[in-house]
Amino acid sequence: MLARSGLGLLRKPATGAMFGASRLAVSRMIVARSVSTVKASHEQEQEILIAQRKNRPQSPHLTIYKPQLTAILSTFHRLTGVAMAGSFYALTCGLAASSILGLPFDGASLVSAFAALPVAIKVFAKALMAYPFAYHFANGIRHLVWDFGKELTIPGVYRTGYIVLGFTAAVGSYLAFF
Amino acid sequence: MFRSLLRQQTTVQTGFRGMATAAAQTQRIKKFQVYRWNPDTPEIEPKMKTYEVDLNHCGPMVLDAILKIKNEQDPTLTFRRSCREGICGSCAMNIGGTNTLACLCRIDTDTSKDLKIYPLPHMFVVRDLVPDLTHFYKQYKSIQPYLQRDTLPADGRENLQSIEDRAKLDGLYECILCACCSTSCPSYWWNQQQYLGPAVLMQAYRWLIDSRDEASKIRKEMLQNSMSLYRCHTIMNCARTCPKGLNPGKAIAEIKKQLAFD
Repeated sequence: MLARSGLGLLRKPATGAMFGASRLAVSRMIVARSVSTVKASHEQEQEILIAQRKNRPQSPHLTIYKPQLTAILSTFHRLTGVAMAGSFYALTCGLAASSILGLPFDGASLVSAFAALPVAIKVFAKALMAYPFAYHFANGIRHLVWDFGKELTIPGVYRTGYIVLGFTAAVGSYLAFF
Repeated sequence: MFRSLLRQQTTVQTGFRGMATAAAQTQRIKKFQVYRWNPDTPEIEPKMKTYEVDLNHCGPMVLDAILKIKNEQDPTLTFRRSCREGICGSCAMNIGGTNTLACLCRIDTDTSKDLKIYPLPHMFVVRDLVPDLTHFYKQYKSIQPYLQRDTLPADGRENLQSIEDRAKLDGLYECILCACCSTSCPSYWWNQQQYLGPAVLMQAYRWLIDSRDEASKIRKEMLQNSMSLYRCHTIMNCARTCPKGLNPGKAIAEIKKQLAFD
């Protein structure tokens, strides 16, 4: 209790002034005092809030929130986008650097290196590219539909979400295995 | 007459309850795991405390259960509640992983699973299930949620509105500002200081499309920056969780459309 008393606008109880008053009057005074408020400026309030927040914990969020299609698809859209953009820039910068620095890293050597790989690793590498691409492509169209204000209901979000997952499975598999 | 009716009802109720208990015979013990943190002992980390409630002697809603726990087991358990019928928005909390109002959320009668109750996610905790909503209310204030006009009404008395224009406000004005949607939004978790969040943006839209309001230009200018509105990435957790069945995500998309054509 002591730890907190400095963090609020507490009004000191006026004791000692109640002698001689009837019991009813005392009880009235107590009621009146318990609902009285203390005026504080905006700056004072802000200071109190900051002081209070130093002690307050943050309630748990990502770890306790139920995994739902809405948030999961959004997470994967972000992840695939970052991964594909990252690999795109890495490849382009690598090609640019190779021509400047004279490293043996160009399209032809990449193709021959890939062709020399075992089939399982080839399929795995292709799948690693194909599924994120198919997913990000389809979900991007889903976002464009949303930007027109369409399919923005919970049934609509789930319907388009499952369509995107179906598209990813079909087109991703086609790109990875054929 | 009235009194005798009342007495009759009471006897019928107690009789019914007795029968129900007799018929069920076995207790239906449900475990509730509740987030606890006491500001008087800030050095003690927040923890989950388990309470056991017999569902045969408890109302159907989660609010009934936590009130029963507070009344009978642990009076220190702290939470906000008021209307018990989903119109005040006080008892918003994270129940079983999603944000909802405790008074509108039925207890899952499967007693093999524990029910976990947390305060609204990613908020400062005042105590136990009570989050600090100061910033949320400040954000609401910042969108100026009131009618603004420069001209007087045509008849000098009332600001009239057509039935069609009034219908545009349906699905927006029902919001009770319980903060379930805003605190379910990952964008709001990470950018709470600048992003306004679904609840506040839906009210911004409610005033933008009100045919009686004449401050649309200023209202749009206030949202025309990278943080206030555009941190919405259409995750749609907001509409998924809204205990009133409203759709803040759709309202935000409509604001984006309006701003795009400015």
